[in-house]
Amino acid sequence: MAPFAGYEMPISYPTGSVEEHLICRRSVGLFDIDHMGQVEIRGPGAGEYVSGLASARVLDMLDGEARYSLLLDEQGLVLDDLFIYKLPDSWWIVVNASNRDSDLAWMRSRAHGGLTIEDRSDDTYMIAVQGPRAIELLDAVAERAGSGGAASSLQRFTAGEIRIGGAKVLFGRTGYTGEDGGELFFAADRALEVWELLLAEGGKRGIETAPIGLAARDSLRFEAGMPLHGHEIGPSINPIEAGFKWACDFAKDFVGKAALEAVVAEGPSRRLIGLEVTGGVPREGCEVLAQVGPDGASSWTKAGACVAGMFCPTVKKYAANAFIAPRFAKIGTALAVSIRDKPRAALVVKRPLYLPAYRR
Amino acid sequence: MKIDPDCRYRSSHEYARKDGGEIVVGISDHAQEALGDIVFVELAEAGKTVAQGDAIGVVESVKAASDIYAPVSGKVTAVNPALQGDPSLVNKDCYGSGWLLRIAPSAAGEWAGLMDAGAYEKEIGKE
Repeated sequence: MAPFAGYEMPISYPTGSVEEHLICRRSVGLFDIDHMGQVEIRGPGAGEYVSGLASARVLDMLDGEARYSLLLDEQGLVLDDLFIYKLPDSWWIVVNASNRDSDLAWMRSRAHGGLTIEDRSDDTYMIAVQGPRAIELLDAVAERAGSGGAASSLQRFTAGEIRIGGAKVLFGRTGYTGEDGGELFFAADRALEVWELLLAEGGKRGIETAPIGLAARDSLRFEAGMPLHGHEIGPSINPIEAGFKWACDFAKDFVGKAALEAVVAEGPSRRLIGLEVTGGVPREGCEVLAQVGPDGASSWTKAGACVAGMFCPTVKKYAANAFIAPRFAKIGTALAVSIRDKPRAALVVKRPLYLPAYRR
Repeated sequence: MKIDPDCRYRSSHEYARKDGGEIVVGISDHAQEALGDIVFVELAEAGKTVAQGDAIGVVESVKAASDIYAPVSGKVTAVNPALQGDPSLVNKDCYGSGWLLRIAPSAAGEWAGLMDAGAYEKEIGKE
């Protein structure tokens, strides 16, 4: 167990983090992610208000759609990343635990009188059900009005209301692992009931289902190329250098747009790259070295730093993400990562290392 | 948690086991359990002369990297070649196929100074 944003979180369960990772890739992983925050916004003009804060296009969203976005400051730096759900009567926004208070303060400081901005984090529980058999499990245990398969009848990046046991659940077909599956939002007092029911039904139906800790959550998202706030994105990082131009809609106005347009015009001063490393496990903070001199082997010079790095259980590689000058960012460039004061061979590789199932 | 009664131990959780004239070195079951899934092992090369207490390698788990210290002085005669392909052998069988390296000891008196299984059990009980 480890403290995380005010919560006591399991780094791993007794299964062990490597096996947890592999279970999620082959069957179903359950993630107790109640620490994630939820903000509900409603009132006249709520759509225009959310559109002005979020980098992504949202005004074209239909009821039940879910979309990834960034929350930027005026300098175009990343305050947080969000999942935005358009519900029939409100906007439901999922924020990172560590940014919950600051996001709320930021949102409220930019709101007009008619809006209600409600922190729903305490009364909402959140569990993710992820893996190639996650939808099969959810279809078996959940009910949805007027529908055969409660979960399978919803498309990727949409949400709908389902029932699991006695709980009324908002189910979004989203996730943070690169696998199919979904994220469940429901009344916090039903948490244990839903958790135990999913585990028990998985066992009963021969669908291997296991709880997954934070370490495997990190390796799953890392392999699938998803960012973690404070690593690939954060308050000193702009979305252009981090590869998130696709999540910014320059056809509309949003906070930080002018600053990003300047970055795009000039070209980013650094870029996020993926590195495959041999001879050690790269970790956050490890220096990335480049041979900048024309003279060859002995001139390793600091060219950047790893923002995340680990052993990736599915692709069975040691890999890192790092920010580096664009001239070193080309795929196939030979660099090094300093581990225990020794340069270890590192190759710039295409991200993600693991292509998400729903993009294949 | 297993403590091999044939081994002697350091408080930093390496074990030493006599095998012929050599000492087999690894980490204890308690240590592998505390480290979690081991994903990389880097060890001193065969032929290297080491003194008791020298860092002779690093075991990296998902969580962190840990230094390994020589339980006895001597010359490294072999490193476990299987660990490059499968470092998780240290988790699965730390006293057997997950051994780290072998040392030809040069100071016979050091063995007696290591903790026996009973003393090591008490030592980890304090943690």
